[in-house]
Amino acid sequence: VTEDQLTRVFAALADPTRRDIVARLAVGDATVGQLAEPYAVSLQAVSKHLRVLTGSGLVSQHREGQRRPCHLEAEVLDLMTKWIERYRRQAEERFRRLDAVLDEMTETEGDRS
Amino acid sequence: MTTHTGHETTISADPQLPTIRIVREFDAPRATVFRAWTDPNLVAKWLGPKDVEMAIETWEAHTGGRYRYGAMRNGKRVAGFYGSFHAVRADERIVQTFTYDGVPDGVSLDTVTFEELPADRTRVVVLSVVESLEARDAILASGMAHGVVEGYERLDQLLG
Repeated sequence: VTEDQLTRVFAALADPTRRDIVARLAVGDATVGQLAEPYAVSLQAVSKHLRVLTGSGLVSQHREGQRRPCHLEAEVLDLMTKWIERYRRQAEERFRRLDAVLDEMTETEGDRS
Repeated sequence: MTTHTGHETTISADPQLPTIRIVREFDAPRATVFRAWTDPNLVAKWLGPKDVEMAIETWEAHTGGRYRYGAMRNGKRVAGFYGSFHAVRADERIVQTFTYDGVPDGVSLDTVTFEELPADRTRVVVLSVVESLEARDAILASGMAHGVVEGYERLDQLLG
């Protein structure tokens, strides 16, 4: 797990069409043709987006006879969520201590009145 | 002692902007939260990670002021952080720069807003802006920007 990969995943998800593709693949595998259907863009444009997604490790393509369906690598998406979750937990920990400080302050102020 | 369930911190990282947005609610009036954020004696009690003492060296929470603090482990200063208070408006808003001295060329611009909620509660929003998406992702990945190293190794193992 490298920061590089995280950066590539974030960059891959920076585009709304690619986020759509990821959402579509979360439902199930799909071919490039199937993915292109909902968009008013060429197969080529969708292929280009897919290259960014495969480059980030978010999407893989395997041959199945004549077809090469795209597959969402859920673990990679999960990985990004975990990084953010770790950062969130660190912030949460700090704020729990702030909760305690605020409790003390409120009690002290209560004594005064 | 108040219980603080349902006040979980939320973090959002815009996929297209180099920002990190942290939102958290507190069971205290806005002026109290603001004071806990600006009085160095109170700040020292909550800033930084668990089990690491933060030694506040300077904390001038007023417009044009500056701050500097160090993370201490076993009496040794293991990391330092500093910045300027660009604008401080009592009870409402703090704009400050933030640099971790391990990455001296990196700087984030943090805007902290304190919003009054009903029943003497307060919502705090911290919006951090850095120079690039790469820098933002590195901050998220390392957690170092806020001097937090706790649980790092354990999680690294977990994440492989």
